[in-house]
Amino acid sequence: MKELLGKYPATTECMLDMLHDLQDAEPKNYLKPEALQAVADYVSVPLSEVVSTATFYTMYSLKPRGKHIIRLCESPPCQLVGAESLLEILSEYLKVKVGETTEDGVFTLETASCLGVCGVAPAMMIDVELYGNLTRARVVEVIEDVRRQDATG
Amino acid sequence: MRLARGHVLIGINDETLLAGARDVETALRNALAKSDLAEEIEVVETGDLGGIGHGVVLSVYPDGVTYGGVSVSDVAEIVSEHLLKGRPVERLRLAVEAPTGQPRKQPRIVLQNCGVIDPHSLEQAIGVGAYSAMAKIIEHGVSPQGVIDLVKASGLRGRGGAGFPTGLKWSFTAKGEQVYIICNADEGEPGTFKDRLILEGDPHRLIEGMMIAGYAVNASKGYVYVRGEYALSIERMQTAIDAAREAGLLGERVLESDFAFDIEIKKGAGAYVCGEETSLIESIEGKRGYPRLKPPYPGAVGLWARPTVVNNVETLANVPPIILNGAEWFRSYGTEKCPGTKVYTILGHVEKPGLVEAEMGTSLKTIIEDHGGGVKGGKAFKGALIGGAAGAFVCPDCLDKPMDFDGLQELSAVLGSGAILVFCEDASIVEMLDGILAFFKHESCGQCAPCRGGTQALKTIMGRIRDGHGDKRDLERMVEIATTMQATSLCPLGQSVILPITSALQHFRAEFEARIS
Repeated sequence: MKELLGKYPATTECMLDMLHDLQDAEPKNYLKPEALQAVADYVSVPLSEVVSTATFYTMYSLKPRGKHIIRLCESPPCQLVGAESLLEILSEYLKVKVGETTEDGVFTLETASCLGVCGVAPAMMIDVELYGNLTRARVVEVIEDVRRQDATG
Repeated sequence: MRLARGHVLIGINDETLLAGARDVETALRNALAKSDLAEEIEVVETGDLGGIGHGVVLSVYPDGVTYGGVSVSDVAEIVSEHLLKGRPVERLRLAVEAPTGQPRKQPRIVLQNCGVIDPHSLEQAIGVGAYSAMAKIIEHGVSPQGVIDLVKASGLRGRGGAGFPTGLKWSFTAKGEQVYIICNADEGEPGTFKDRLILEGDPHRLIEGMMIAGYAVNASKGYVYVRGEYALSIERMQTAIDAAREAGLLGERVLESDFAFDIEIKKGAGAYVCGEETSLIESIEGKRGYPRLKPPYPGAVGLWARPTVVNNVETLANVPPIILNGAEWFRSYGTEKCPGTKVYTILGHVEKPGLVEAEMGTSLKTIIEDHGGGVKGGKAFKGALIGGAAGAFVCPDCLDKPMDFDGLQELSAVLGSGAILVFCEDASIVEMLDGILAFFKHESCGQCAPCRGGTQALKTIMGRIRDGHGDKRDLERMVEIATTMQATSLCPLGQSVILPITSALQHFRAEFEARIS
């Protein structure tokens, strides 16, 4: 953790970057209490201040999540072309509700506001990869692709 | 530099990448090498080529032929037929005009180089004139006040939504030892992705725009605040900044002058409200993205309590051409009160969703029909939502009205971010408004009570109307709540909820009443 933080000057200005890095470094995609404390110590602010920032932004989580984060776009352009039923499809297929993680700890299902790829709506992101023109078949295919890639390392 | 007989431009952005652009590019390079054309034909990665919704898009120069929906299996034919024999493959040709240096039916000011140059290449950007506006300022010894006067005279207005005159904003910025420039690239308005494509297609334009803004207000430091979700934008912008720094375009002595300027990227973490300038400033400071009370405005007390200018990506991208070509040139486009062009994203039930740059004052009809290819499946136009979630619904009566900041205001609508979401006759406005109110409920930051409570209440009422449990007073209740929010909320998020509500009721009231009775 110290190594990751050392890249940044010890000011609150880089707090968001630090939180991103620490979260990305954690296999369960979340900010551990120790990580929050490390940031607080590093920039010399009370822990409460770091927690305050971390809990404001949707990309951070203080609870363990899956290895991969699915962010389904739920803004009007995607809704107009069927995002709502995609949420049901994903939820049914992965057997989780929004905000939950699959039993095997691989996927966390989240929703996001506009991902900015409305030209290929409906769309979702898995980690930093974007997937568009989604249909029931395509969603299942993408999920299985990610599983397969994980299996082959 | 090696001279090539022809160039194949391949549009690389998030959308084409997921359509397999990388595989096509590899196949193309291999096929060219196999046909001994690798020395003659250069493959160039660019940003958006204007063929959104068409999968992988290629443009072949000097012929100016654009192909869409290209797959790996098409590559051999393109190489053997077109590049070897000079016969374009008609079945793959797209109707879109390939970007060329020639005057087009619709002028491209902001998107001039998007899809023409390789965004990773500083040389190519310079080849099409990047940094020559900054060089002109330094060479001619134009004073900061001179730059402000020129931008004022051009009539450029902020393209983030509010339409505040840019030159005026700069002139209101307090003098101080440390002044900051912030480029607002926290593009979160649903249906808007213009800034993303500028960041990904022509990052050096943005850097130059920030430099000039920095020069005008005497700022030595600039920040680009980019949404955390925009991974490719962040990567390309960083590459561009590094290259500019390396070349001495950013740093202690910009273009060997006494002007010092540098830029840093700040990555957001998922908060719509951070598109509001004071929330964005709080976020850069590492805090919760709570909007501040205004006044004082950021021009007086901004980042780290220093004077700060916050400009949108599109606004800044307009600055270099204004400096180069003058205020009169800029005023020759658009309307008297809103000169220039506007970049729109056209979406929903249209044949060709995508990015459009059109003169201010262009009618909605022209944009939908000429650029969007008309309503999908030849259906009837029912209405559109303009400006994203914090925008307004318009009905078929508005189709012929000129669109600019003022023209839309007459229709009680706003241009906002320039997102145009088109609905055909089958769309349900009730469902749309429900979705919008769910969005506001989720994105309200919770700092001020009217917005925190109001967005919750609005979604609850809307939900019961949608499910057929609403009562007759509910529509009035919603307007009442939104009116209170408009008057008392701290920032534009809560203040603008009223726009979609009243406009939906104004044009489509019967649809809501049908759900209630």
